[in-house]
Amino acid sequence: MSLTTRFERSAATSEPALIKALILCLSLSFFGVFLLLPLLSVFTEALHKGVIYYFNAITEPDTWSAMQLTLLAAAIAVPLNLIFGVAASWAITKFDFVGKHLLITLIDLPFSVSPVIAGLIFVLVFGAQGWFGSWFLDNDLQIIFAVPGIVLATIFVTFPFVARELIPLMEAQGREEEEAAAVLGANGWQTFWYVTLPNIKWGLLYGVILCNARAMGEFGAVSVVSGHIRGYTNTIPLQVEILYNEYNYVAAFAVASLLALLALLTLIAKSYVEWRLKKETNAPSAIEGTI
Amino acid sequence: MFTNNKNSIFPGFGLSLGYTLVYLSIIVLVPLSAVVLKTTSLSLPSFIAAVTTPRVLASFQLSFGMALLAGLINLFFGLLLAWALVRYTFFGKNVVDALIDLPFALPTAVTGIALAALYSKNGWIGKQLEPLGINIAFTPWGILVALIFIGLPFVVRTVQPILEEIELELEEAAASLGASRWQSFTKVVLPILLPALLTGFALAFARAVGEYGSVIFIAGNIPMVSEITPLIIITKLEQYDYAGATAIALVMLIISLLLLLAINGLQAWSAKQTGRTRQ
Amino acid sequence: MKINLKTLPIVILFSLGLISASAAQTVLLNVSYDPTRELYQDYNKIFIEHWKKTTGENLSVKQSHGGSGKQARAVLDGLDADVVTLALAYDIDILAEKNLVAKDWQKKFKDNASPYTSTIVFLVRKGNPKGIKNWNDLIKAGTQVITPNPKTSGGARWNYLAAWAYALKQPNGTAATAKEFVKKLFANVQVLDSGARGALTTFAERGIGDVLIAWENEAYLAVKELGPDKFEIVTPALSILAEPPVAVVEKVSTRKNTKKVATAYLEYLYSAEGQEIAARHYYRPRNPKIAAKFAGQFAKLQLVTIDEVFGGWQQAQKTHFNDGGIFDQIILK
Repeated sequence: MSLTTRFERSAATSEPALIKALILCLSLSFFGVFLLLPLLSVFTEALHKGVIYYFNAITEPDTWSAMQLTLLAAAIAVPLNLIFGVAASWAITKFDFVGKHLLITLIDLPFSVSPVIAGLIFVLVFGAQGWFGSWFLDNDLQIIFAVPGIVLATIFVTFPFVARELIPLMEAQGREEEEAAAVLGANGWQTFWYVTLPNIKWGLLYGVILCNARAMGEFGAVSVVSGHIRGYTNTIPLQVEILYNEYNYVAAFAVASLLALLALLTLIAKSYVEWRLKKETNAPSAIEGTI
Repeated sequence: MFTNNKNSIFPGFGLSLGYTLVYLSIIVLVPLSAVVLKTTSLSLPSFIAAVTTPRVLASFQLSFGMALLAGLINLFFGLLLAWALVRYTFFGKNVVDALIDLPFALPTAVTGIALAALYSKNGWIGKQLEPLGINIAFTPWGILVALIFIGLPFVVRTVQPILEEIELELEEAAASLGASRWQSFTKVVLPILLPALLTGFALAFARAVGEYGSVIFIAGNIPMVSEITPLIIITKLEQYDYAGATAIALVMLIISLLLLLAINGLQAWSAKQTGRTRQ
Repeated sequence: MKINLKTLPIVILFSLGLISASAAQTVLLNVSYDPTRELYQDYNKIFIEHWKKTTGENLSVKQSHGGSGKQARAVLDGLDADVVTLALAYDIDILAEKNLVAKDWQKKFKDNASPYTSTIVFLVRKGNPKGIKNWNDLIKAGTQVITPNPKTSGGARWNYLAAWAYALKQPNGTAATAKEFVKKLFANVQVLDSGARGALTTFAERGIGDVLIAWENEAYLAVKELGPDKFEIVTPALSILAEPPVAVVEKVSTRKNTKKVATAYLEYLYSAEGQEIAARHYYRPRNPKIAAKFAGQFAKLQLVTIDEVFGGWQQAQKTHFNDGGIFDQIILK
């Protein structure tokens, strides 16, 4: 990584030292109080009884099965929402059509739906008293209180992340480059692959990272559809709650710290990719194979 | 309704929009319509009665008010943080950058527990504030703290990529034309950032309104004082009152939908003002 | 391409549904409320052994725990429970109403279908600095009380009813004085957690409040887990007899063909072995012999039942906890 940002090297894009110090001071203290301290307290609590206790806590069988379920749910939800996000932002930013703002708002909707409601709607649809519930029960298919329900709830709460990241970005970039490519004879996939994708890769990556982190950390909605069967339908966040409710505070924080570590790992991976791409500045390659 | 009314030279309109609509319907619209249909089992007077009891009204005021306040605080500090991350070099920058997403990764229940531990009178922060007579945990201010925490990454992460993409030539041109640093910020940079800022604010706000897991641990949950709307929904469910619960949920949904609609409209307008989208 | 993308999520969902449905063997699912985790963890071990010895069948028992009302709702909405072991009869009544359990479920097992009982006691800080001895100490000015919200927690409903029963049994006690009493009590409550375990955390970990109203078994467990050097238990002179009920979920167990083993599972709770495990987890056993053996463990007090004071759970729920009920009235000031 370069030692200074490109903005700092130009007088026109850097602030007076005093302003800079003020911005840094304000933003970093805000960061420290509202983000760093809670995180530190998670790790302090987690390591409260020493490293051995910590490892025993996170290698417990129920925790492992929770981890598998969390990874499975994220592995299904994230790619689906990724495909959706790209398709939606392509449709919204490359074309003009009536009802566009309504569509954008509808995409945002899952964010504004309380997790409590997000779980409840799937109960209303797939529950035994729900619309399709009796049909599924007759066919011995368990949707809610089983893995499919957890996956559905996860998809729902992480639905807008990729799309919401890409739409403003692609809007800001305009259409000139793609238009040029199209004029030069590129077909749709080529235009997307060689022109659009390299331009949106950071936004896309941010979107995927957010989507993934939220998919793994979702608590409220999943809690409603999980059924809390130990070792079967508990995700990591639910396992944390269980441990906490068993007065096993240290183990609860230990398992919680896994999620925090997971997030940190994804972000280290992101920084690595960023660094690699900067090294090969000439190769405007797409970002396949990241994360 | 959704027809391409201008001839665009790009292919894939039918495919991308069609897929978007189908997926949106399956995952979001059909399940959400269950809330609407369940609510229709109530007659109109009993619907109105259910959503206008003093407790429910007080909770609306609290949930929406605190979410708005948290959104505004995050708007300001989120922009500062994104600015610092993109434009400055400082020690530990990568760590700060990585940790911004923490609120997404941390299960909301853990957030609530960690915040309650920090801000209660025997916690690291609560201990400092208690002699000053300030109580955060188990008061409405605890809700604000939790909502700030969960909303911050929305603003930073929507602003950051746009800030990253800004070409410095724009500001250099402004400077060479005699603009002060503040002028080039307000006249050049801010308009470009505005759509992203609004998106970030809208998302942080919308998320905060419905937040449950982290808030209940730190709020105190006293009716009329620190009882949030999602908690009332849960309370209704505990009494097997599905229709009453969905009635309140529906009101929340409609208010959020209208606010999002307004903000998205505003955003499109500001994008047009700065000429970033071609007509 | 278009077709594939559209159908992909559906295909995945269906295949997952099939996988989870095809794992068929004798598996019982016990859906229970929060404080029984430790109890059933131990009980499942001995029952599985007992079942193997008597029938030769291998059995596994899955557990699910959460707030009592939430758990009943999950069963109502399709959670595949063979048996339910909940905090209050009202929650099983709901299941009976929807024909998931037998209408006469309380007659299917002995003692109102509750194999163990508990009561409501106080947890105070070591040395009992506020000198709390009985319910009337809780309404004194300056005493901070912690209890979960009766609207969301089954345990908290027992707390509330115990306080009401105490006030009613005082000389010249009437419904009006009882209402005044619980009103004063809840005016002293600063944090209303949604569940019993959340309330305990507020009290124990956050250091808030002078007294926690709690299940007896939870109070004992808390003292054991969190340190006898920090807390002590105060048993009031009068409290309520809490009867956590059990029932076989007929609809599910018939479909899964597990009715016999599910019935045996609950039946065995009444055996000497089952009763002893309950007692070891600080539930009051029904079996007089086991009760005598553990007599030193439980303080003596006058216990009233919900049937004699409140006319049963249906009545209590309607009068006190439904929207617009007495709890709503007192909390609005």
